[in-house]
Amino acid sequence: MEDTKPQLLTVTIDGIAVEVEPGTTILQAARKIGPDVAPPAMCYYQPLKGSGGKCRACLVRVAAGSAKDPRPMPKLVASCLTAVQDGMVVENTTNPQVIDARNGIVEFLLLNHPLDCPVCDQAGECDLQNFAFDHGKATTRYEEDRRTFEKKDIGPYIQLHMTRCILCYRCVYTADQITEKRVHGVLGRGDASEIGTYIEKAIDNDFSGNVIDVCPVGALTDKTYRFKNRVWFTKPVDAHRNCPTCSGKVTLWYRGDEVIRVTARKNEWNEVTEFICNTCRFETKKTSDWIIEGPTKVSRSSVISANKYRADLEKPSFGKRLAAAEYKPIHDERDMSQLNIQQLPPERFAKTLPSAVEPEP
Amino acid sequence: MTKKILTEHINVPGIDTFDVYRQQGGYTAVEKALKTMTPDEIVEEVKKAGVRGRGGAGFPMGMKWSYLAKPEGVPRYLVCNADESEPGTFKDHYLMKHIPHLLIEGMIVSSFALGANKSFIYVRGELMYVIRILEKAIAEAKAKGFLGKNILGSGYDLELVVQPGGGAYICGEETALLESLEGKRGNPRNKPPFPAVKGLYQCPTVVNNVESIATTSWIINNGGDAYAAIGVGRSTGTKLISASGHMRKPGVYEIELGLPVEDFIYADEWCGGIRPGHKFKALVAGGSSVPILPANLALTLANGEKRLMSYESLSDGGFATGTMLGSGGFILFDETSCIVRNTWNFSRFYHHESCGQCSPCREGTGWMEKVLHRIEHGHGHQHDIDLLVDVSKKIEGNTICPLGDAAAWPVASAIRHFRDEFQWHIDHPTEATQPGAVYRGEMALV
Repeated sequence: MEDTKPQLLTVTIDGIAVEVEPGTTILQAARKIGPDVAPPAMCYYQPLKGSGGKCRACLVRVAAGSAKDPRPMPKLVASCLTAVQDGMVVENTTNPQVIDARNGIVEFLLLNHPLDCPVCDQAGECDLQNFAFDHGKATTRYEEDRRTFEKKDIGPYIQLHMTRCILCYRCVYTADQITEKRVHGVLGRGDASEIGTYIEKAIDNDFSGNVIDVCPVGALTDKTYRFKNRVWFTKPVDAHRNCPTCSGKVTLWYRGDEVIRVTARKNEWNEVTEFICNTCRFETKKTSDWIIEGPTKVSRSSVISANKYRADLEKPSFGKRLAAAEYKPIHDERDMSQLNIQQLPPERFAKTLPSAVEPEP
Repeated sequence: MTKKILTEHINVPGIDTFDVYRQQGGYTAVEKALKTMTPDEIVEEVKKAGVRGRGGAGFPMGMKWSYLAKPEGVPRYLVCNADESEPGTFKDHYLMKHIPHLLIEGMIVSSFALGANKSFIYVRGELMYVIRILEKAIAEAKAKGFLGKNILGSGYDLELVVQPGGGAYICGEETALLESLEGKRGNPRNKPPFPAVKGLYQCPTVVNNVESIATTSWIINNGGDAYAAIGVGRSTGTKLISASGHMRKPGVYEIELGLPVEDFIYADEWCGGIRPGHKFKALVAGGSSVPILPANLALTLANGEKRLMSYESLSDGGFATGTMLGSGGFILFDETSCIVRNTWNFSRFYHHESCGQCSPCREGTGWMEKVLHRIEHGHGHQHDIDLLVDVSKKIEGNTICPLGDAAAWPVASAIRHFRDEFQWHIDHPTEATQPGAVYRGEMALV
């Protein structure tokens, strides 16, 4: 038996050594170490074949290619696609060049992003929000008009906000690989390229709803959940049902006693492991339809779960203090984010604090 | 007269027909290769010739051929990249239009060397008439038994397909070209795997420029060593240069690599000098994507020696004082040209042609274009120049394909060498936006 086992490769990422199987990418190896070392991924999605390499958020520097050939790689490489070699040394957060490139990527992604987080349903579980919080700046150097698109209606279940799209192609791969026929793709090119159906056509098949889950931003959102609530006020609960078309394993998002949203279950990297059908997602929203398994126990590192939105992290400005003085707090159990249940280790705060809070002038 | 390899017979009337081309010694390379040589011997000759890729990157062609994976039972492909769309480059167009059989002969020899039984010529969609010329030439060659089944009784089969592209610049990038050829959206692929391992339809593929393939027939006829004797150092052979801009005689010229830039510009045999009454201001030596150089640096190296038309000499001094030979799009500017406007124009092109796949290029090219547009039209801010440099740095090297670099280099180099001109545009917006207004401050005119 021992002979058939592949030899493990040792790769060092940010000074932490980890042993992985051959063929593993740098990103997967880093994820094995933990969320503090894992590079951000905006377009890479493990369950989707061929995804990755597009957003360039996961760029890392390879300081030594392998034990045999310890030369560094000349350019930053996309960690989601680069396979590890034995003895490879990777610099992720420890390399200023990588951080600089990543700051640049955030800036580029936000150039044409409308920044309408306050009205966006994705806020709170948005990859771009997390990424921008870690690497972005509070100000912009961009003065020109942002690109806009003509609105497209793609059916009764899915809302397309093309302005928010970062063109990660995840939904295109989903449409290709999960659903029966490819119904939408990318049209146009450059910063005018857009996700859409070629002829104005509703997306209609059993698994189309999964594009909502794979979307890293709020470009594809659930129409049945639209403007219903904020993510952090809702309580995720694992549940399942006997579904003839899919696995039926879902996460129900409760507000009080009411199921207001159904999504597929995601792992700690925000990746869906088992895709669900539209009937489960959009049409089964009664508690009685489901067999409840208990609260969702996956700890995802997002802006909210890391408590980066905590009010006391920031010294309130005069305007905020005035507003606080005039504001009468209403006691509501929903004020507490349910995502905060799983606290992250305190080192994480220490790391993000100095850069996240800028002193007031 | 310098040695001419590709354009030797280009002025012979009727050279685009099979019979005339054959009379001028055409298709002898096919006969020689198929009857007397093995594929490995041809690869060896091309390696000896040291011919470097003429599409822009300058990667040794023989090396590229030898990297081709040869697994059993999997077809191999040769694709000719005739999607020439770099602003300032028009040599392949010229070659295919006038002497199509040269390319076809090269394709037969190269396909035989690589063991490809189906080869493609991917021509950009705008050149429909060139596609017709090529198709006519292929039909002629087929009728004479130089294409199709059992060529010249050697048992080797080759089918040659001319495929029009949709007219996107990005489809000149080899992996985007392959995607486009497969009928998909022309997005560059992530590398590795390289096309030599997984290319067209996931089979080993070699993608070569028109000019590179066209040289192979001469190499077969005369030997790799004879080819290597032409040129200078590692830049062997001849190169087609598409000369355009403010010169007396723009056009396509075949030069021996190693010719001094000064001779090329001023000698009557080639460009014939700057147009009368004007002075030489700047030079883009290898198509719009390579760094622009001011006149003094274009003619001499940083150490005062003459700059030569070769891969090494043009890139001498890195990007601080050098540029690249690229695809040979030689654009010359006199003192009436505004570098800011020109940079904006190049930038506009890259913004329009970015495929939109990876974020730095998709967003960055548009941003640079907008900032340059603003400066050119008198709305620039003091911090805009530094902003442009910063944006170009954040694009460069962080993208999937070299289009990001190609968009960043002209902007970065224009600011590196002509910063005063940008500053003048920002400081004197009213003056700078007058029709025909050009910076007349201190600069090195020749």
